[in-house]
Amino acid sequence: MWAYEKKLMYPVKVSTCNPTLAKYLTEQYGGADGELAAALRYLNQRYTIPDKVIGLLTDIGTEEFAHLEMIATMIYKLTKDATPTQLKDAGLAEHYVSHDSALFYSNAAGVPFTASYIQAKGDPIADLYEDIAAEEKARATYQWIIDQSDDPDLNDGLRFLREREIIHSQRFREAVEILIEERDRKKVF
Amino acid sequence: MTKKTDEYSTKSYVPYHSPFDPCPPLQRKYYSTPPNLYIGFQPRNLQQFSPIEALKKGTLWTPFYDYYENPYKK
Amino acid sequence: MNKPLPKEYYTQLEEIQAIDFTLYELALYLDTHPSDSQAIQQYNQCAVYCKQLKAQFESTFGPLQFGSPNTNQQEWTWNSGPWPWQI
Repeated sequence: MWAYEKKLMYPVKVSTCNPTLAKYLTEQYGGADGELAAALRYLNQRYTIPDKVIGLLTDIGTEEFAHLEMIATMIYKLTKDATPTQLKDAGLAEHYVSHDSALFYSNAAGVPFTASYIQAKGDPIADLYEDIAAEEKARATYQWIIDQSDDPDLNDGLRFLREREIIHSQRFREAVEILIEERDRKKVF
Repeated sequence: MTKKTDEYSTKSYVPYHSPFDPCPPLQRKYYSTPPNLYIGFQPRNLQQFSPIEALKKGTLWTPFYDYYENPYKK
Repeated sequence: MNKPLPKEYYTQLEEIQAIDFTLYELALYLDTHPSDSQAIQQYNQCAVYCKQLKAQFESTFGPLQFGSPNTNQQEWTWNSGPWPWQI
């Protein structure tokens, strides 16, 4: 089971009223390499992975939900007081006519989230390699969003999330090492 | 063609520019090669940030920290 | 309109976020380095400290974690805002 904690993982701040940035951030909400896809991918793969890496997939999958909440907070803050005209100017008219300012699991272009973004091959190496690739793709997406954003506070939160992708990639790489070498940690060190 | 810039985790190259390419040439194309690509299996006792600093940086471990800035920004 | 939160809410919360983050980073490290006893020791110290900080915060500002005691005897404060994305 999961238990909610009434706090964000990181203190998210947004300094400018700029709904266009919310549109870009949607890529990490319901996009192919977004946080929802990441959480669902890892938490689903853990049922068919060797015991040694179940804990890692569980913990990283859980963290992805904390990231999803951070992205949601950013989108929420960037759109909550925006008028229909402001949303239209931000390229969000199509979103508005269907959802008002509700969040929706789609990518930045409005394509709805689909389970086909994620894979579960049942082969531990194939799955972990997908996870490593997913982290690098999410890292790149954060970079491209930072490149498009001139909001210093928002970029601060996005840099935190980008750094997390680096750490997750590192841990998945270590998980592969553990599985291919079956090394006894005590012997190595 | 790979050239290291001042930040070690940012690499760049100059894409071939044809006289028939319509846009003015981009001087350099950048890509990121963060520290996790170099460290391997994390050794024990890596240097750590203080808790508050770790939160700000997004990692507890100093060698994994990689600041990112838009490389095209002047 | 709700009252704005006091400054201490933000400072105490950030302190919790920091310790929680360190705890979490150690957990991920230990998931792939399960026999690093020094890291386990640091994790345990961190866990105790984190619990203290959270209990202190909760006694002033209400429950942070599901399942924490509701210290206000008159009112159920878990479902009162502001919520994390609103602050």
